[in-house]
This record gives sequence, structure tokens and C-alpha cells, in this order.
Amino acid sequence: MTTEIDMTALAVFSFFFVLVTVMGFVAARWRRPKTLARIDEWGLGGRSFGTWITWFLVGGDFYTAYTVIAVPALVYAVGAYGFFALPYTIIVYPFVFLVMPVLWKRASDLNYITAADVVHGQYGSRALELAVAITGVIATMPYIALQLVGMAAALRALGLQGEIPLAIAFIVLALYTYSAGLRAPALIAFVKDIMIYIAVIAAVALIPLKLGGYANVFAAADAAFKAKGSGGLLLEGNQYVAFASLALGSALAAFMYPHTLTGIFASKSGNTIRKNAVLLPAYTLLLGLLALLGYMGHAAGLKLATPNDVVPALFKTLFPSWFAGFAFAAIAIGALVPAAVMSIGAANLFTRNFWKAYVNPQVTEAGEAGVAKVTSLVVKIGALLVILFLPTQFALDLQLLGGVWILQTLPALVFGLYTNWFRAPALLAGWFVGFFGGTYLAWSAGLKPLYAVGLGGAPVTVYIGLLALAANIVVACVLNALLPAGDVAKAPAKV
Amino acid sequence: MPSSPNGYLRWLLIIPYIGLLWVPFYNRLEPELFGFPFFYWYQLAWVPISSLLTWIVYRSMRHDD
Repeated sequence: MTTEIDMTALAVFSFFFVLVTVMGFVAARWRRPKTLARIDEWGLGGRSFGTWITWFLVGGDFYTAYTVIAVPALVYAVGAYGFFALPYTIIVYPFVFLVMPVLWKRASDLNYITAADVVHGQYGSRALELAVAITGVIATMPYIALQLVGMAAALRALGLQGEIPLAIAFIVLALYTYSAGLRAPALIAFVKDIMIYIAVIAAVALIPLKLGGYANVFAAADAAFKAKGSGGLLLEGNQYVAFASLALGSALAAFMYPHTLTGIFASKSGNTIRKNAVLLPAYTLLLGLLALLGYMGHAAGLKLATPNDVVPALFKTLFPSWFAGFAFAAIAIGALVPAAVMSIGAANLFTRNFWKAYVNPQVTEAGEAGVAKVTSLVVKIGALLVILFLPTQFALDLQLLGGVWILQTLPALVFGLYTNWFRAPALLAGWFVGFFGGTYLAWSAGLKPLYAVGLGGAPVTVYIGLLALAANIVVACVLNALLPAGDVAKAPAKV
Repeated sequence: MPSSPNGYLRWLLIIPYIGLLWVPFYNRLEPELFGFPFFYWYQLAWVPISSLLTWIVYRSMRHDD
């Protein structure tokens, strides 16, 4: 790829970037509450978002800039296996439909802001609350850092080298998130998602025309995989279980993250969430088509330094520069929305489950909002420093582990919505086994998400997150049955 | 739970899991559709199907929250 600065593309890019920056600051006045100095106003938008705002917000926050770059990159590199993102983002919604309205109701009735609030209210255990909170924060941090990787890919394609443009974009983001809270990404998400839809629909409609149709795109990819001797249009026999278990494990983990839960808790009602479980798959369709850009990269005969360049390079080579600028702006803005929501989710956890729990239990509502605002700044600057000073691979490895980790909070968070049988010590032991066992397996597999399990016959490769979750649940059930019943199960407590 | 899904219809939501997690159903090239190998259009087709099933369950519920 050439790295000269294309002025037309840069002008279009700058226009949209300035537009969303203004929107980010104006958002503090949008749907204005009496005060923003309460954590449920700053950090959850007052729990007032209806169907459409939630659709844009969760869509903008779940299908991130990194997704837009990384999914086609994986499909470009390995073929069918990279497509697991599609079944993953389909089967996540029946789960959301059934579970998340129940979780929302619990949180709304008892004024919970975070997953760890829900767990503390259910089990009255500070230790389990802390485990869930820490898991949430450390799983989110590398995810924020990866949004920067997505943004950097778009900036590089514009010819903006070096770290200063990235740092400026992120600091601007940090400032308006500080002032407007969740209202900022919610408002920006409208622009971001519409831009992404336009860019992707144009790409999947027009690029194949230039490349001789979809049949030709698939044939070119097939030829490239055969020439390379790895990857392919179909899964190998030994990839079936890996593909399915990655899809299932990722789907169960997706709505355990602080940023997705923030979108859930910010909804107006359980029904808003159910409607979104019906409507959000529109983004999945987009993601499935977007993934095919990986194959279009082969058909266009791109020569890439890294697979992560496949999407920017396609736009750059096949579209006029004004449209390339538009698409790169969509990707860069696409990084801002999830990064903002992630930092808010992490800040809410820190404030409620560490600051209020250990440092200042008497903190006022305004004090909570103040701590959360400052924490969101610290979190974003931390992620920026990680990307500037540590190798990108570090963030990638941590994000992969983050998926394994966050999945281990599912039993503590979800089981209590349906049964009072479980008690904190058993769930904590299950979390411990899942968290450290999963980390060990991933580590011993060379920081890969898959582990080969020998079951007598040929080993079966399974997603480590799912293996760890199984161990987690077994340990929790067995210990809960064995441990003497301590205090009587009590109704969830109001915070 | 007054707003829980209808007991029987709720089981419709398990169908996407079966259709997508049993890979041997769809790990092949033929039949193609609009140039898309079966593996790809089959999975893409599950997006509207899954959404439709969810909508059917949604419609069967009382919405009082």
C-alpha cells in the first residue's frame, strides 16, 4: 500500500471526525437529565434508552472497529474457519432474548449499575463481587487497546503515519466521554453505524462487480489457499469442533463484558432488549458480508504487509478517494463508540465494586459520578499507553485470554437469576478453577484459544473458554452440594 | 414470571443452535446460490431465520414491563 497522504480522502475523513467530535460534546445536553452528577445518569444514560437508541448503541458497541478489520483479515488468512464469527453472532441473540431481560429487571429494580453489583446483591459476598469486577476490568482493557489497532489501520491507510494522530483522536474521545458519559457514544453510534452500513453495503455490492462476481471471488480465494497450502473454503475435519465451540463460547461470553452489559442496563425496559434481540441480527448480516471482503482481497490480488490491511487496501484500490476517506472515517469512528462504552463499563465497575466497596462506602451520588468520570479517563489513557509502548501482539494475546476470563463470570452472574441454590464459596471456587485453569491451558497451547483434548481416539480441538466454563460449573455444583449450607439464602439486597 | 415466553414456543429458540453448531449439516460447497458456496449462504440464511424465530416467540409473550 502506498502511504502518501491523499488530500480528498483526508478532507472527507476530517469532516466526519470533526462532526462526531462536536456531537460527542453536545451529547451532554441530549435527553438532558436534571443532573449528570449521578452514576446512573453519567454511566447508564439514566436507563432511558428505547429500542432504536439501544439498537444503535449495542450494535455500535458489539460490532467494533476491530471486528471490521479483524474478521475479514482472519478470513483472508485462513478461510472458512474465520467465519465462526457468523454463527457466533447469530446464536448470541436467542441467549440475549431469554436471559438479558431477566438480568435487566434485577438491575433496574435494585439500582445495580454493574454485573458485580448484581452478584454482590445476590450472594452478599465481597470476594465474589471483587472476582467478577476484576475479571470485567482486565478483560475489557485489552479490548479497548484493540480498538486503537482498528483505528490505526484506518489512519495508516489515509497516509497518517506515527502515533500522534492516534493519540489526538483518543484524547478527544476521552474528553467528551468524561463530560457526557454514555450519552456521547449513544449519540455518535447513530452516525457511526449508518456510515458503516453505507461503506459495507457499497463494498459488498460493488467490489464483486469489479472482480467478476461472487463465484469468481470464491474461486480466486480457493486458488490462493491451494497455492499457499493452508486454509480453504471449507473446514477441515479436525476443525469442526473448534469452529462450533468457538462460536458457542464466544456467544455465551459476548454479553458478560462490561461494555455490552452497559448497553443492556441502559435500556428502558426488558421489552426493549427483546425487540433488540430480534432486530440486532441486521448487524450480523452485515458482518457476514463484511467477512467476505477477506476473499475479495484475494480476488483483487492485493499484496499486503499484514492481513489487517485487507479492508483498508480494498477500499483504497477499488474506490474513488472520497469514498475511501468516508470508509476510513467509518472505521475510525467505529473505534470510538466501543472504546467509550468499554471505558465507561470499566469505570462503573471500579467505582461501584472497588471505590464504594473498599475506599469510601459513604460516597455520595455526585461523588460516585466523579470517580467514574476520572476512572474512564485513566482507563483510556492506559489503553493508549499499552498500544504506544507495548507490542500489538501483547494486546491481541490479552484480548484472547480476556474472552476466556469473562466467560468464567457467567455462572455467578446468570445462575442466580434462576435459582437460589448456589452459594458464594462454591461459585468463587468454580470461577477460580475456570479462570486460572483456562489461563494455564491457553498459555500451554502457546496463547492459542484452542486446546486438543484426547478422548481415547484422535484428539478433538476445543475452545478453551468453553472447557474452562465446564470445569467452572462442575466445581461450583460439586462444592455447593458438599459444603454445609451456611447462612440462609436471602433476597437480593438493594445497593 | 408474567412476561416469560410461552412454554412451548420458547423451544423454537434452540433451533438456531442445532442448525449452526452441527457443522456436518453445512460444510460443503454444493449447491451454490448466486455464486456463494453452500457453507456461506446456509449460514447467512440463518440470520433472518433466527431473527424470525425470535420474533415468533416475542409475539407469544405478554409485554408488561
